[in-house]
Amino acid sequence: MKAFWHLVGRDLLLAWREGGAIGVALGFYLVVVTMLPLGLGPDLNLLSRIAPGLLWVALLLATLLSLGRLFEMDFEDGSLEVLATGPLPLEAVAVAKSLAHWLTTGIPLTVMAPVLGLLLNLPLEAYGVLVGTMLAGTPAVSFIGAIGGALTLRARRGGVLIALLMLPLFVPTLQFGIEAVSAALTGSGGFMPAFLILVAISLASVVLAPLAAAVALRFQLQ
Amino acid sequence: MQTFTQRLANPTRFMELSARLLPWMAFLACVLIAVGLVMAFTAPLDYQQGHAAKIMYVHVPAAWLSMLAYAMVAASSFGLLVFRHPLADVSAKSAALIGVVFTFVCLVTGSLWGKPMWGAFWSWDPRLTAELVLFFLYLGLIALRSSVEDEALAANLTAVLGIVGIVILPVIHYSVYWNSIHQPPSLSFGWPKIHPSLLWPLVTMTAGMQALFVALYLKAMRNEILRRRVKALRLTEVQVAAGLAEPAE
Repeated sequence: MKAFWHLVGRDLLLAWREGGAIGVALGFYLVVVTMLPLGLGPDLNLLSRIAPGLLWVALLLATLLSLGRLFEMDFEDGSLEVLATGPLPLEAVAVAKSLAHWLTTGIPLTVMAPVLGLLLNLPLEAYGVLVGTMLAGTPAVSFIGAIGGALTLRARRGGVLIALLMLPLFVPTLQFGIEAVSAALTGSGGFMPAFLILVAISLASVVLAPLAAAVALRFQLQ
Repeated sequence: MQTFTQRLANPTRFMELSARLLPWMAFLACVLIAVGLVMAFTAPLDYQQGHAAKIMYVHVPAAWLSMLAYAMVAASSFGLLVFRHPLADVSAKSAALIGVVFTFVCLVTGSLWGKPMWGAFWSWDPRLTAELVLFFLYLGLIALRSSVEDEALAANLTAVLGIVGIVILPVIHYSVYWNSIHQPPSLSFGWPKIHPSLLWPLVTMTAGMQALFVALYLKAMRNEILRRRVKALRLTEVQVAAGLAEPAE
């Protein structure tokens, strides 16, 4: 357990000292959300209606940027092989790295989302729900995304490939995330079911996705 | 006592068996599809949809086969990762390539039917969305395989993705199914809701397309095995030329 937290701490420290990755993800999120109203026209009613969907989709795109780097640096400098031979099973390594990714990407993007909501005229009562669903949904994005990061380690054009591989797998998270926010906005009473399913997807992916990622990593290290 | 799949594990035996089976399957597919098409066009017209309903005879079997092919991909991936079955990867690769074609056929015929019926080529209906996501999953499998240079590694990674896909497909299916405007299933167990005069052409077409799938699948597997043999032979030739290996007799 100590080794596990050590690894999480190391990844957080690396992300903090490097700084670039978080900034790029936040900047990309900001740019995408700014571009969309420019393309759609400045109709505030339209924007506030589609704001939950736009914020979620842009969040997924911004997360995709950093998923490719999840294992890549450790693979390139050999520390992944050291981790594979160390006391932690690779499954736990995958959990630690996904957790660190969530803390350094999922949470900053979630915190940023309400600010961008202002740009899209998102109704004020939706902010709490939006942040809540994103907090509940982004673990699924990081943990499922780790599978993609592990699969594309030695692929050519890995960055483009990871988008093609991961976006279909993010459909349930996206669907229920948007469903929960929209239901809360319209007050149709559909919020709780959608939110609970979103939590279930996150919890299931926290348990299952590292297994798949670890299998992929073992093949990559052979 | 070997099981059937274990006996098939020998590529040479598979080549013998498939060589005998393939012409029959191809023949069966031609006959059934020809008969099915004649039956479909002599069947009474649907009173609401007219001739457009005939698309169903291609669309519905293609939709089933798109899912069946994914089941084959997943089963083969499992066979590769768990049992290290030597033909499992050949099977997974062939099934994915055929599956993506049937998925595409299903999407295209569906949208051609949708234009006169719904007034739009595409609607974000759950079934359509689920089929489209399936299409993307197939594309992902194919793209991942083609972008990893080492073939054995590519096979293993694709198998992992195939199994991840089959785990998440039901969730995707469920997540997009909030409310649907799609036709309810044309065939279901128990009493069919479709009139016998329209049912029999559909059953014949389905059987024909199924035979077509098996024929294409066997052919694709044979091609892949031959491709690998050619590659291995070339490699030996190069090694012999470089003096690294003894010439094979």
